[in-house]
Amino acid sequence: MRAVLLGLLFALATASQALAIAPDEMLTDPALEARARHIGQSLRCLVCQNESIEDSEAGLARDLRAIVRERVTAGDSDRAVVDYVVSRYGQFVLLRPRLEPATWVLWFGPALLIAGAGAAIVLRARRKRSIAEAPLSPDEAAAVARLVGSEAEKS
Amino acid sequence: MRLRLRFAIPLALFVALAAGLFAGLWLKPQELPSPLIDKPMPAIQLPPLAGLDGVAGFATADLKGTVTVLNVFASWCIPCRAEHPELAKLTADPALKGRIHLFGINYKDKPADALAYLHELGNPYERIGADQSGRAAIELGVYGVPETFLIDAEGRIRFRLPAPISAYEMDTTIKPALRKILAEGPR
Amino acid sequence: MIGEIGQFALILALALALVQGSLPLVGAQRNSAPLMGLGSSAAIAQFAFIALAFGALIWASVADDFSILTVAENSHTTKPLLYKIAGAWGNHEGSMVLWVFILALFGASVAAFGRRLPPPLKARVLAVQGLIGVAFLTFILFTSNPFLRVFPPPLEGDGLNPLLQDPGLAFHPPFLYLGYVGFSVVYAFAVAAMIEGRVDPAWARWVRPWTLAAWSALTVGIAMGSWWAYYELGWGGFWFWDPVENASIMPWLAGTALLHSAIVVEKRDALKSWTVLLAVLTFTLSLMGTFLVRSGVLTSVHSFANDPRRGVFVLAILALAAGGALALYAARASAFERAGAFAPISREGALVLNNLLLTAACATVVMGTLYPLLLDALTGEKISVGPPYFNATVLPIMAPIAIAAAVAPLMGWKRSDLATALRRLWAAGAVALLLAIAAFALTGGPWAAVLALAAGTWLIAGALTELAERVRLFRIPIGDSLRRLASLPRSAFGMVLAHGGLGVVIVGIACAQGWRTEKILLMAPGDTTTIAGRTIAFLDVAAVQGPNWRADRARMEARDKNGTVIAELTPERRWYPVESQATTEAAIHTNGFGDIYAVIGEPEGQTDRQPGSAIDKTARWVVRLYINPLQPWIWFGALIMAFGGVLSLTDRRQRLGAPAIKPLPAGSRPQAAE
Repeated sequence: MRAVLLGLLFALATASQALAIAPDEMLTDPALEARARHIGQSLRCLVCQNESIEDSEAGLARDLRAIVRERVTAGDSDRAVVDYVVSRYGQFVLLRPRLEPATWVLWFGPALLIAGAGAAIVLRARRKRSIAEAPLSPDEAAAVARLVGSEAEKS
Repeated sequence: MRLRLRFAIPLALFVALAAGLFAGLWLKPQELPSPLIDKPMPAIQLPPLAGLDGVAGFATADLKGTVTVLNVFASWCIPCRAEHPELAKLTADPALKGRIHLFGINYKDKPADALAYLHELGNPYERIGADQSGRAAIELGVYGVPETFLIDAEGRIRFRLPAPISAYEMDTTIKPALRKILAEGPR
Repeated sequence: MIGEIGQFALILALALALVQGSLPLVGAQRNSAPLMGLGSSAAIAQFAFIALAFGALIWASVADDFSILTVAENSHTTKPLLYKIAGAWGNHEGSMVLWVFILALFGASVAAFGRRLPPPLKARVLAVQGLIGVAFLTFILFTSNPFLRVFPPPLEGDGLNPLLQDPGLAFHPPFLYLGYVGFSVVYAFAVAAMIEGRVDPAWARWVRPWTLAAWSALTVGIAMGSWWAYYELGWGGFWFWDPVENASIMPWLAGTALLHSAIVVEKRDALKSWTVLLAVLTFTLSLMGTFLVRSGVLTSVHSFANDPRRGVFVLAILALAAGGALALYAARASAFERAGAFAPISREGALVLNNLLLTAACATVVMGTLYPLLLDALTGEKISVGPPYFNATVLPIMAPIAIAAAVAPLMGWKRSDLATALRRLWAAGAVALLLAIAAFALTGGPWAAVLALAAGTWLIAGALTELAERVRLFRIPIGDSLRRLASLPRSAFGMVLAHGGLGVVIVGIACAQGWRTEKILLMAPGDTTTIAGRTIAFLDVAAVQGPNWRADRARMEARDKNGTVIAELTPERRWYPVESQATTEAAIHTNGFGDIYAVIGEPEGQTDRQPGSAIDKTARWVVRLYINPLQPWIWFGALIMAFGGVLSLTDRRQRLGAPAIKPLPAGSRPQAAE
């Protein structure tokens, strides 16, 4: 019955991809459980290929899920829980790379790329148009008049 | 044919990328560096393996005083069987005999299975800690079996190999690292 | 014997590819018709031999010929026939044969259908195709030979990964490869154009059908992969930003930019260097994807066996193909005549923006996928980049694309007026806004999903608006509008379907992710539970036997609010003894507007149970239930997009090549046009 009630509480939850978790692992407090899932979705399962600990059925993932829930219940902040895992497994366990000098290119790259390429395009377009809009020199104007005049004579 | 510099940018970027991909072929993406290197061994305490007489469990304090090779193994782990002879050779090595301890952590194993494994292959370990829940291994950042740690006399983790010890690995990484740690003496 | 025939056929194909890759190039330089014509003959012959080799491989697999190493390593006598056939390409060696098979198929198609192409261009295109064939056939024969023998032949094979024993496997790789390899034709056209030093609207018109074919196939391939992951991997996810998934989305994004860029070349004779660059980049990304999957540099769900030697070979091919083409680009791109100036607010301007955003999205995926590798190579630091990164960076770039894609078709070429275009879209905007408000008011739903829902609806309505504009709906009599509709060129419908389809995909993703309901609980036979208005009854669970697996099969019944039975669901958890692997077979019931997704796990507390063993009647089982609203729209939308591409492809106007030019009688002066 308790399991059924727990399930009901999650019926209104926002999108979560927690998929390998078993009912006996879930915390009783839905807010804590939601926090634990959110943290778990950012932690990589190291024995799987490209899954978070919430998505994986592996034993290590199960153990880490339990640890995340223990820490959350013990009152750790999200950052503290993550640090607990990172201090043992290293930065590689994070699915969302931390913002630090080594990852500036990664995080700021896309925006800079768009801004830079966009600026380059705009500047080139402006330059092209200013070339096109430059007034004719006297020689060029005379040549135009000659050509236009000769056509007018012919027709 | 005018060579405008900006048209060479894609080529330049690609050459850099190709160089990176080439270098990448020789990396080992599965072997993660441990963040615990040069840090003190985390506090753990493990009971002995049930049914194995004469071989005690251990706690972190027991690792102080001698250089220790700490090996994480399990009976269900096939590469562990493959590396077992290397562990036996390690303890038999005359240059290291008496100067190092070999401890084992039996990871998430049924005691009966572990006993059968050791009975069949022989027990190279001086002490074995039974980590049935796997929690102690998590404290060490273990993510697979087998793994081997080298811990110096002050109880600091100095080296971690997250892979089975092949003969090649033994000669090129483990033994040199051991010699280096032993040569340092007490710090 | 079959193996030897296959191997010999590959060697002959290599010889033909060498001929195809060299002599026609010489012929094009010297304008020698016989040498240029050799390209077509070689291409068709090459295809015939590779088809023979491919057939031999499939035959060997079906006949359980375990004396051939790849069959022994990947097949088993108990494997169902479909998977013996499809399993021929489910491993590295076999998939490479599929790769060159499709490459040769495209080469032969250019030879057969490119009758109106100017001979020098056609010869150069076939020559480039030939060279690519040489590269990959050499790769196969020297590092990945599928016909290697094993002696003594084992009595039984090792079996195929159970995850791959699925109908989706039969179709996902061929479509995907049709896409990847199809872009080789566009690449060949680009290289040929750079050699000739000329890119013009005629070139763009010839390139378009091949681009559309490859793009449509890739769209279907990606959608199938995503759908397969959804029902096979047992957890309802459909995209994980896994490196191999990224390897398929990168050429897709670049290919979409290419499609649009080529339109501008065709219609307005502008954006030439960008289009040629995109053509080279799209195929480069296909090759890079091939490299990433097979070299072991990245960890992924999909990776084939890792072998650095193979990695070096593929990297060499990639370096030559991309490096060579980009070097050619650096030398020749400035020579492309620039014509067709346009104002920033115009359809060209919008397409430039589209190019920029799609290329940026593609570059972001490339960066996220390769960053861990490059950082490790440079500094030794190991980080990982997962879904949170990609969702945070790529999705915000896709949003403006979706919004602009509704506006751009309503803008005129050369110089246009944004206000007029937006005014025409008032109805689309109103619908999107109302729907968003309604969704938020009714559900208080996640704002990201509400915004995505609005964007998708905007796009669908915008595409329909464009169609309405074309037939001047409500502005002329309805009969006239219908007549206009009937006489619209196919490519007009193609565009409406492609953009509308994208909108459908976005709406599907928004609803399936944002308003999904989940329930994970323990149930014993006889229990019922409710989820999102439906009642699910757990009837029973039994052990069943399949051809090469055993399973725990649960029977569940879903009823709606009134008690009417909606469906019977039979989720399974299977055990494949040969491969010692368990898989989850989710039970999915769809009514086109949403899915009921049910998964059966293990009995309470028995995490290492082998499915199919004795069942305890009193045990409670882990049951995972999901209601995914509009989930199937993700794949319907993709199919609509692909259909739009195919429709455009078959537009008669595409297939008209250069009109034959009759020489003037000697001595006459050209007449001015009236």
